[in-house]
Amino acid sequence: MVPRTNILGKRVGKIDPGSLPAYVASGGFLALRKALTLQPEEIVHEIMAAHLIGRGGAAFSAGFKWAAVRRETARPKYVVCNADESEPGTFKDRYLLEGDPFRIVEAMAISAYAVGANRGFLYVRGEYPLAYKRLAHAVAESRRAGYLGLNLWNTEFCFDIEIYRGAGAYVCGEETALFESIEGRRGQPRLKPPFPTTNGLFGQPTLINNVETLANVPDIVLNGGQWYRTLGPLTNPGPKLYAVSGHVRKPGVYEATMDLTLQELIYELAGGIPGGRRVQAVLVGGAAGTFLRPDQLDVALGFDTLRTIGATLGSGAVMVLDDSVDLWNVLRRVTRFFQHESCGKCFPCQLGTQRQAEIVTRLAAGNVHPGDGAALTDIGLTMRDASICGLGQMASSALLSAFSQFSLLPREDEL
Amino acid sequence: MTEEVRCTIDGRMVSVPAGTTILEAARQVGRDIPTLCHHEALTASGMCRICSVEIEGARTLVPACATVVREDTVIHTRSERVDRSRKVILEMLASASDVSEAPDILAYAETYNADLSRFADGEKRTYDIVDDNPFYIRDYNKCILCGRCVQACGTDMQFTFALTTAGRGFHSHITTFFDQPLPESVCVFCGNCVGVCPTNALQPKQEWLLEQGANWDEIRAQTKKPRRH
Ligand SMILES: Cc1cc2nc3c(=O)[nH]c(=O)nc-3n(C[C@H](O)[C@H](O)[C@H](O)COP(=O)(O)O)c2cc1C
Ligand code: SF4
Ligand code: SF4
Ligand code: FES
Repeated sequence: MVPRTNILGKRVGKIDPGSLPAYVASGGFLALRKALTLQPEEIVHEIMAAHLIGRGGAAFSAGFKWAAVRRETARPKYVVCNADESEPGTFKDRYLLEGDPFRIVEAMAISAYAVGANRGFLYVRGEYPLAYKRLAHAVAESRRAGYLGLNLWNTEFCFDIEIYRGAGAYVCGEETALFESIEGRRGQPRLKPPFPTTNGLFGQPTLINNVETLANVPDIVLNGGQWYRTLGPLTNPGPKLYAVSGHVRKPGVYEATMDLTLQELIYELAGGIPGGRRVQAVLVGGAAGTFLRPDQLDVALGFDTLRTIGATLGSGAVMVLDDSVDLWNVLRRVTRFFQHESCGKCFPCQLGTQRQAEIVTRLAAGNVHPGDGAALTDIGLTMRDASICGLGQMASSALLSAFSQFSLLPREDEL
Repeated sequence: MTEEVRCTIDGRMVSVPAGTTILEAARQVGRDIPTLCHHEALTASGMCRICSVEIEGARTLVPACATVVREDTVIHTRSERVDRSRKVILEMLASASDVSEAPDILAYAETYNADLSRFADGEKRTYDIVDDNPFYIRDYNKCILCGRCVQACGTDMQFTFALTTAGRGFHSHITTFFDQPLPESVCVFCGNCVGVCPTNALQPKQEWLLEQGANWDEIRAQTKKPRRH
């Protein structure tokens, strides 16, 4: 049985995403209302008990983050929703933002109450005009109807949301670059530590979560962390959205628990490979992800299960490549993406993404030089070890995984 | 009394006041770590990563200049990962910029066995020399983007903000706002940027003219202070 769920996407395509009454009629804002009757610590406790893992790519425990921001005594504190979704092949946040925008508003309010913040910032990818429009509408409607603003339900709790639009830089999805961007500076990552939980937006304690992470919150508040923990594997519980693209009959967003295998996702949910072709490779996690071989399709798509085979789930992007694809061409595109998106702050990535793309572009054109393999490995490991942020640290991930999974380069003695 | 923290650096136990960086702690026990962007008068920006060191158990290397010693950490200032990173950064730097007048880079290249022509096929960053004022020239062919001049011009020294970084990635570059010539910018010609530049990209104009073979009259004529109107 394919472990499909219909929790995160229960309203998507079913109700009018512009209608607050429709949202409320389908159970919207019940979770916020319930949250305000609880102590903030109780909510943090439920998130912790749920074992909710961040869905933005770094797979960090949401509960730990919420507890850390809750503990901070500095004021003000902020909550930020990271809706910059720019990882190639990733469109699961868009599905939620466009299909159920009020849920994000509600979840942000709950998170703010839990950690002790009164202001929220929603940072939306610049190339998501429809998501922006619907979020702006959802925020305005919620404010008008009293779900945002002063003394919600006559409690002490006040909360409002400001929306920011990105300007197209992938790196601005990195949390500290995102803060810099909101603050009006060049979108470049900061050195960590200090971490956002103590020194985030405007230097204040900040809770930053991905859209999908937050989307899990209302149901956890309504049904409890214990309930959530029973969904799917104990170590990686809860519903997960997978964005499937490439050579499948039905590309799209699929929701399931994390015992779902790649085989099930490709063949049972996404309809298999068209044109009688076979899978050549699957890129899991987007451009910052890793390649899997056709004989590895029985792996479960969880954070921990993928790690055991040296892969990552990352953002949950699954790109299927059939046997007609020239892998070198894919690698050329991937490495050019990082060359284009490097912010240039740190030397390993600023220089490494450039040289990596140059060499791979030449290789893709069939022009191999002796020492290319060693050069790409050296550059790749240097970026991984010494870059400031995840962009540089992962910029060689797909390439190095392709080298270890497939024999792509001729042996030196054959040159 | 300040609290002391202990760590192990290359097998030696070291005790330093809390807040000491790995770079400072290592120097105290005679372990020198190479630096490029770091300058004692400027905020550590952690950009060049030549000072990367390995902490046991950490996922990535850390910049010694910008990382404070944590209690009970085991630090290696040389290791396979450290040496590879330093070597490859130097090799890539030399392929992008003219490092012929950057003595530190040339010395480190020896230490780390860096082959400075390894990536010679790659694109070089080339610019026209900017000679727009009587005091200093800007030869960005030699610029390694260490960011020190921008820091010195901004919140670390001068609070003038004439210089800034523009562009992105490999094509980042240092310029003035809207690429104005310096005399039209807010620059006050304090010279702090020239003082902190490690590669001679920013050079006093008299010195530069001398190197070009100019005679004294020519130098005087070209470096005369503009008159205030
Ligand atoms: C280059 C780069 C891009 C990123 N882009 C995003 C993004 O678009 N959306 C996102 O939620 N997280 C992104 N992240 C991860 C964030 O830094 C951060 O870990 C995340 O927002 C935390 O949310 P979570 O704990 O709910 O997953 C990115 C990280 C890096 C290094
Ligand atoms: S790793 Fe790349 S994107 Fe990240 S700070 Fe360094 S140069 Fe910028
Ligand atoms: S001009 Fe000099 S000080 Fe400024 S960034 Fe370039 S190398 Fe560094
Ligand atoms: S000297 Fe430490 S990062 Fe440049």
